[in-house]
Amino acid sequence: MARVDAGLRHETVIGLEVHVQLSTASKMFCGCAVAFGAPPNTRTCPVCLGLPGSLPVLNRRAVDLGIRTALALGCHINPVSQFHRKNYYYPDLPKNYQISQYEYKDHPPLASGGLMRVSTGDEVMEIGIRRVHLEEDTGKLVHAEGRSLVDYNRCGTPLMEVVTEPDLHSPEEARLFLIHLRAMLQFAEVTSGRLEEGTLRCDANLSLRPAGGPHGTRTEIKNMNSLRSVERALRFEEARQRQALERGEEVVQETRHWDEDREVTFSSREKEEAQDYRYFPEPDLTPLQIDAPWVDRIRAGLPELPEARRRRFVEAFGIPEHDAGLLTATRAMAEFFEETVRRFVKPKIVSNWLIGDVAAYLNAAGREIEELPLRPDHLAGLLMLVDTGKLSGRSAKEVLEEMLRTGRPADAIVQERGLVQISDEAMLAAVVQEVIVEHPGPVGDVRAGKDQAVTFLVGQVMKKTRGRANPAMVNRLVREQLGVA
Amino acid sequence: MSALADLTACDLRAKFRRGETSPTEVVRAVFERIDAEDGRLHAYLYLDRDAALAEAARWDAVVRGEDAPPLAGIPVALKDNICTRHSPTTCGSRILAGFRSPYDATVVTRLRRSGAIIVGKANCDEFAMGSSTENSAYGPTRNPWDETRVPGGTSGGPTAAVAAGEATLALGSDTGGSIRQPAAFCGVVGMKPTYGRVSRYGLVAFASSLDQIGPIARSVVDAALLLEAIAGQDPADSTSADVEVPAYADGLITSLRGMRLGIVKEFFAEGLDAGVAAAVREAIETCRALGAACEEVSLPHASYALPAYYIIAPAEASSNLARYAGVQYGHRTADAPDLVTLYSRTRREGFGAEVKRRIMLGTYALSAGYYEAFYLRALRVRTRIRQDFDAAFERFDALVGPVTPTSAFRLGEKVDDPLQMYLSDVYTVPLNLAGLPGISVPCGFVGGLPVGLQVVGRAFGEQTILNVAHAFEQATEFHTRRPPRGRAARGASAAKRAP
Ligand SMILES: [Zn+2]
Repeated sequence: MARVDAGLRHETVIGLEVHVQLSTASKMFCGCAVAFGAPPNTRTCPVCLGLPGSLPVLNRRAVDLGIRTALALGCHINPVSQFHRKNYYYPDLPKNYQISQYEYKDHPPLASGGLMRVSTGDEVMEIGIRRVHLEEDTGKLVHAEGRSLVDYNRCGTPLMEVVTEPDLHSPEEARLFLIHLRAMLQFAEVTSGRLEEGTLRCDANLSLRPAGGPHGTRTEIKNMNSLRSVERALRFEEARQRQALERGEEVVQETRHWDEDREVTFSSREKEEAQDYRYFPEPDLTPLQIDAPWVDRIRAGLPELPEARRRRFVEAFGIPEHDAGLLTATRAMAEFFEETVRRFVKPKIVSNWLIGDVAAYLNAAGREIEELPLRPDHLAGLLMLVDTGKLSGRSAKEVLEEMLRTGRPADAIVQERGLVQISDEAMLAAVVQEVIVEHPGPVGDVRAGKDQAVTFLVGQVMKKTRGRANPAMVNRLVREQLGVA
Repeated sequence: MSALADLTACDLRAKFRRGETSPTEVVRAVFERIDAEDGRLHAYLYLDRDAALAEAARWDAVVRGEDAPPLAGIPVALKDNICTRHSPTTCGSRILAGFRSPYDATVVTRLRRSGAIIVGKANCDEFAMGSSTENSAYGPTRNPWDETRVPGGTSGGPTAAVAAGEATLALGSDTGGSIRQPAAFCGVVGMKPTYGRVSRYGLVAFASSLDQIGPIARSVVDAALLLEAIAGQDPADSTSADVEVPAYADGLITSLRGMRLGIVKEFFAEGLDAGVAAAVREAIETCRALGAACEEVSLPHASYALPAYYIIAPAEASSNLARYAGVQYGHRTADAPDLVTLYSRTRREGFGAEVKRRIMLGTYALSAGYYEAFYLRALRVRTRIRQDFDAAFERFDALVGPVTPTSAFRLGEKVDDPLQMYLSDVYTVPLNLAGLPGISVPCGFVGGLPVGLQVVGRAFGEQTILNVAHAFEQATEFHTRRPPRGRAARGASAAKRAP
């Protein structure tokens, strides 16, 4: 898998730490609601505020989701795992320690040693999963008018961390891995996976080494909050390290932040003394024991994962591998596809529209399908109109455009714009007659055997009907009237 | 009237039922005693007379009925590290000055449900660190038997309050002996239940894996009643155990026939005061006379308990106390130019010397590079100590020995010598490391100062040690003695305010 650029003599090594906000109703260690965008400090209690005397109680639902992820990634689930305290001072951390499950000494995390396969067209990448563990989120600092305020709403929000082995070898591979991981987490209903709400956050370690040689010095890159920024940040950092090495300089082990606006990584200003977090087992929580029945119960309830769904799309719907891959890149897209097919049973046509016009619109808008007002039954309605000859393909594109923007049903738009296709034979025959009279030249050409002239005449009919004429019928009528069937 | 303040909860319940007195009269009597004595003893940091009287009035009519809750109308003092809604909880520390908890600790909720009346918050060593209640930022509590002496610590306030009739019952917390040692020094019954027996939710943590809330009372029956009221699993505390709570008070017996008691050899070693040793040995003879088979038993790793404790407890404390940094509540230094200064100045100003000493000790013990040498090693010692106890309990129903090496020492005698102070807990600490229950019951006097007998039980074997303590208590008269009263009250505590 290693991509070695012979000319540059160095191989890139990347490991990712992905923080995933779990889709639970309540927080990791208390009953407070997990809510994005609530007014500051309205979703807190003595436990998540770390008030004197308060104690954490583990959210079993979060453990369920951790086990789901571990199973989906083929990890070994540790029958006994231990929470730890990670001690450091920061105002958004009410207890000045974070409860986490770092793999420390002889205390294992929730799950370890998994594998994720990512197909990239012709080959399959295998990325080792070092561990999956659970932890609590911190609050948020808001800096305004020279003052700093703290919003503790996010404190205690359940997070899962998926840590890969350094098995990725290019920024592009990192992005591909994240796309697949996100899809998997969405399919497993572990997270909503919305980057803009911070439900997926990613840190990366990147180093360069001589091909086949020992590991180079790595830097840790933080603050990458979209798929695009992950790829760009890693690309920048890869180039920066390569230049340093080529100049004979040493890469400094440090934490670097990605500046989204300037598109550079920069060294954190604070001194890089190795921080001592003084980890030790969290005495307020008993060790987490996960027995076989618990795992079996989760396994039995595990939803269909992307890989399985992709295979099913190919087999059950007869659509090409490539299309199926695109349709299962996010859970929402796959659901949308199936919902539409349930109402309009021509999967290949649905697929064409989704990975064609719809995907193009999403890319341009930088949005996800679940954020659009478009509904599967409306798309099915549109395709039905085309299929029954009530709407031309060209008009359909125009209608879809508005459906994507407004979420209105197709027939309403068609009615409003008067786009219903004319398939009334008598009416079209009259228009054809008019066109034949008006264009003696092309008519002569047709009679002389020049078939392209038919197309011209059909075009003139379409023009007169403002594109609403049924093109197949017009074509037949022209030929019939000119006797060149 | 003031004799009401000296009665046990059991006696009060009987009087309530017979209509001989009422919760209002009892609460008044207790506050009269506080007015008379607390200027001298300083057992309380905060009193809420109005709320207590209002509560008492609520129970006046109820207590005569058959189905009155078990502690209805009984005045209870709480150590000031147990959170009470809307009233101060300071842990004897300047850093929590002004803090009012927005919630009740689970034990407080259970007390209220049992009808208990909360008199106020009692003094303690800062964050429950110490052995004399001299480490309170709000001044020391004095021993009711001799006001030149300490009441013990860290639950010195609640224990002195119970001994002096300033409360009928009290709750303290015991991390390394903080209930049993002051109980021994003040001549009352004090019990540390099994770790997990009583919810810690709302107990301000010192060392989470060792802390346990427990009862302080003037009789074993009272301690049993109070334990019954507060014990049991709590969904808010994951470390609280799902073990059924027996009706302790109903189960008490007065004979020790068939009981096997182990006399802990290591607790009679060098450093034990001769007078204390004699009193405890005599108490063991009394147990023998009551039918118990007594034999010596060894806990070979007991001598490592104190060093292990002084790694584990400070390590946990260094983390538990990190939240007191001036950001959310409590003391905050004035005009700090930056964040680090805010933290360091707030903590420098807010914490006392002993707390700082232990935070530094704990921080060091958990630091990378020292973790194995100190913390992990201490955990291994802890396992060995637990195994020692397991082996002992294969042969014995309970273990007995002294609670403390000496009787109450003088105020100021050990403040400048932390190591001497730490030795005060040498016989109590092993139980906390093993998570086992222990009780201190008055067993004699040396030079006019009380001495306690410690009875140690199996995990969740509270009934057994209550039985031993009760049988012993009923066979002796030490628990009936009351400390001398102050000659003249030096200033009423009526004006006592939240610190
Ligand atoms: Zn909360």
